[in-house]
Amino acid sequence: MTNPPEISATEVAKFLGITSNVLSNGAFLVAGVLFILALRGLSSQQTARRGNLYGIIGMLIAIAATISLTASTTQPLVVAAIAAGAVIGAVMALRVGMTSMPEMVALLHSFVGLAAVLVGVSIQLHEPSHTELAERIEVFVDVWIGAITTTGSIIAFLKLRGTLSGRPLLLPARHVFNLTMLTASIILAVLYARDGQTWALAGGIAIASVLGMHLVAAIGGADMPVVVSMLNSYSGWTAAAAGFMLENDLLIITGALVGSSGAILSYIMCKAMNRSIYSVIFGGFGAAPPKKAAGGPVVPAGDVQEMDAVTLAARLRTSKQVVIVPGYGMAVARAQHAVRELTEVLRTSGVNVRFAIHPVAGRLPGHMNVLLAEANVPYDIVMEMDEINGDFPATDVAIVIGANDIVNPAAEDDPTSPIAGMPVLQVWKSHLVIVNKRSRAAGYAGIDNPLFYKSNTKMLFGDAKDAIEKVVAALKAPPA
Amino acid sequence: MKLGIVNETRPDERRVAASPAVVAKWVKGGWEVVVERDAGTNASYPDSQYEAAGAAIVDRPTAWHADIVLKLRPPVVEADGTCEADQMRDGATLISYIQPSESAALLAKLAAKKLTVLAIDQVPRISRAQKMDALSSMANISGYRAVIEAANRFGSFFTGQFTAAGKVPPAKVLIIGGGVAGLAALGAAKGLGAIVRAFDVRPAVEDQVKSLGGEFLTVTIKESGDGQGGYAKEMSKEFLDAEYALFRAQAKEVDIVITTALIPGKPAPKLWFTDMVELMKPGSVVVDLAAERGGNCDLTQPGEVVVHKGVTIVGYTDLASRMAHVASDLYGTNLLHLIDEMGGAKGFKVDLGNDAVRPALVLEQGEIRWPPPPPVKKVEAPKPAAAPVAAAPVPVAIAAPIPAVGHATKSHGPAPKAPSAQSGMILALVGLALAAVWLYFRFGHGDVNQIANPGSVALLQHLTVFVMAVFVGFQVVWNVAPALHTPLMSVTNAISGIIVVGGLLSSSGGWQTSVAVAVVATLFATVNIAGGFLVTRRMLAMFRK
Repeated sequence: MTNPPEISATEVAKFLGITSNVLSNGAFLVAGVLFILALRGLSSQQTARRGNLYGIIGMLIAIAATISLTASTTQPLVVAAIAAGAVIGAVMALRVGMTSMPEMVALLHSFVGLAAVLVGVSIQLHEPSHTELAERIEVFVDVWIGAITTTGSIIAFLKLRGTLSGRPLLLPARHVFNLTMLTASIILAVLYARDGQTWALAGGIAIASVLGMHLVAAIGGADMPVVVSMLNSYSGWTAAAAGFMLENDLLIITGALVGSSGAILSYIMCKAMNRSIYSVIFGGFGAAPPKKAAGGPVVPAGDVQEMDAVTLAARLRTSKQVVIVPGYGMAVARAQHAVRELTEVLRTSGVNVRFAIHPVAGRLPGHMNVLLAEANVPYDIVMEMDEINGDFPATDVAIVIGANDIVNPAAEDDPTSPIAGMPVLQVWKSHLVIVNKRSRAAGYAGIDNPLFYKSNTKMLFGDAKDAIEKVVAALKAPPA
Repeated sequence: MKLGIVNETRPDERRVAASPAVVAKWVKGGWEVVVERDAGTNASYPDSQYEAAGAAIVDRPTAWHADIVLKLRPPVVEADGTCEADQMRDGATLISYIQPSESAALLAKLAAKKLTVLAIDQVPRISRAQKMDALSSMANISGYRAVIEAANRFGSFFTGQFTAAGKVPPAKVLIIGGGVAGLAALGAAKGLGAIVRAFDVRPAVEDQVKSLGGEFLTVTIKESGDGQGGYAKEMSKEFLDAEYALFRAQAKEVDIVITTALIPGKPAPKLWFTDMVELMKPGSVVVDLAAERGGNCDLTQPGEVVVHKGVTIVGYTDLASRMAHVASDLYGTNLLHLIDEMGGAKGFKVDLGNDAVRPALVLEQGEIRWPPPPPVKKVEAPKPAAAPVAAAPVPVAIAAPIPAVGHATKSHGPAPKAPSAQSGMILALVGLALAAVWLYFRFGHGDVNQIANPGSVALLQHLTVFVMAVFVGFQVVWNVAPALHTPLMSVTNAISGIIVVGGLLSSSGGWQTSVAVAVVATLFATVNIAGGFLVTRRMLAMFRK
């Protein structure tokens, strides 16, 4: 009779370690799949809510698996941090108004970047010297992209909130400046890769921070949708870099998903504005330096004609086809509820009202759709540019609310215009165009708009909300 | 120049070639117009109205003696060989339905008089000629009238009703063929409150059917029925079998069937068989708009109404004529446009170069000009909305979009085009180059022995995962609807909070600075996660249909 073989404590620990490793890897795989399903769910309105739910479940699984993997004395602190973060995030999300959604998204991007920088720093502080060469490169890349994302997003946030002017900041030698910073970053990267010195890493962070600010500061306010989606992409790549650094597949998968998703969005936005993606990445576009003096592009002649709310209401009453083109002005004036009321009044009296959404209307891709949805406008009357552009000739009245560049005929007619070639909504083909604007100023891109001077265009000056409410009141009043 | 409007001599033809309103426009345009006595009486246009419009009321020979004689039906050739067009002056012009492919005897008579003859039924189906397309105007009327005839013989409401005495379900109407007549019938039946389904072999019709509030039925075998010139072509046997199976299933459910299927130059296809009629509920009604070409239904008697086992089959061939008042006005307007297209009162002439008029020219000064030479391929833009199920040169079932529908074919926001292969290539190359540099640094300067070490294997795995994930991301996100871009961004933003895993991994260990930093990272990442998901939730909750 032999004794059962003795099992040493180390063997048990090893066995348990493997098991928990397998378990957590399985959990990570599940989380990754759930994230893919989340993105897929967002491809249509019907499945979008379920998609979001998948994302939430995936995230919970990932967090739980990670915590179980890292039993340590600091666990209570970590759990407290998570709880606090969740509360802060929830409060922010529930308080934010739909019109300030772009700022919120930009700010959240900066948090991802910041977290990535902090993780990199933590690793550096934890084991400064015994990291491998390649790992040091990974750390550097992670904090570098993270820092650009952080400061870039903060500048975008401030610009969107209006704290900073939307005008592009164009330093005289900005490309040289960018190039210098890039070179400096590479030098610091090499230094850090060789010795793993903390100061080199800190230098990298500092330079990347300045670079991030400068890149976004150089971009005009009108192009914010592209910038926000670019930053979205950056935040993904940051997470992927962190994944390489920590050898964690879940981070890599998720980061890559987010990164490519943001990249596609930016690409779609650029296409919609006929701009090259390179000029977005390297900044300095949307600038359109006013070179009117030089070439003398068509200066629209003539005066604008005004129309008051009562006349417009009378005109709308006799129309059959009405198309509303909302722009950022509607968001600023929070006019979406007034617009929805206008839509309802017209629809109940048999007018076919539809919305035409330009891909870059607003300050965020799909911004207008969200605002209209908030105001309970049914999404099946909200059309995309390609769907509705052919219908303008058969449209009785096109109402442009707080939009400018996206309805500018110069994009098609005037090759010298800074927005030449950008696809625009051809509202001027309608029988009557009503343009609601607060004032006579040019659009965000700083370009004059020949639309305003066309003979079939009438201006409805005033704050979008007040103006539309007046029209609604006039419509509800019995016809004189 | 004198325009003459003559009486229609066919029995049961109540229409006239033009209404007083159209005559007034001609008079204003500089034409002298003569109208045969009582020409418009059956269409409820008394002579006094023509006189008020500026026309002279004349006897029959005088009207036929005008420079341009306007008629609706082809001139009648009697059994004894005489023809009403014999009364015309040599070299004058006649505009009416002609149906030249079936009217050799008539053409010979007309050619002998050295007439110039324009067949309104041969006006081409191109967008520019739509305003003179009498086939479409008449089809529109027939479609509407078909519903009225059906309603007249149907023993219940079209619209569903809840009454104190109980509930009445809405009538179910099946329309076969989504041409002008079919779409007009759809609109009329829908307007009366019925549930309307429409079948067509041409997929392009689907949007038009839906835009009018109809339900589009089709069979699952993929075969497009788009034929030449907006007509449907004949389909394969397999397709037809599936189609008939669908019809048999529908026959048990629907109360009204309106068939409008025609194939140019052939008898109407039979598609509503006796057994389908027998499957229908007693009291149901079939209206066969193809009756003049033999009918789509086995049991149709052209010109008659028959009842078979309780199902009424209406085979009227004169539906448009039953609405003579409006039909005359629309037909006259088509003529008005045709004459304007040819130069109007001032410059009326036959222009062989006008591709909207040339196909309608049958005789020029007695010389045969039909069929027209094939058009020099100018490729008329494909008709936006398409064409109808069918139609032959018959004033009944017809093609060509109903102008009033106004819904151009709507494309469902085509997904943005993926980046070109070229830019994809460049991206891939850049990626490969970067990966190569990476591997070089990671694996020690080309030392072959190191390649096999566990670390490098792990890294390769990570890289594989990374590249696959990028591709998955591309694939998944291309299909996102633009309206959902903001929610997409906020959800990806929330998901990128996965960096929290990094924070958690780095926060294990003792109480030291690095852990504190990692805990702060965790905090920020969690704010992002909670904020991102909740905002997305809020936004998505707002989207409603």
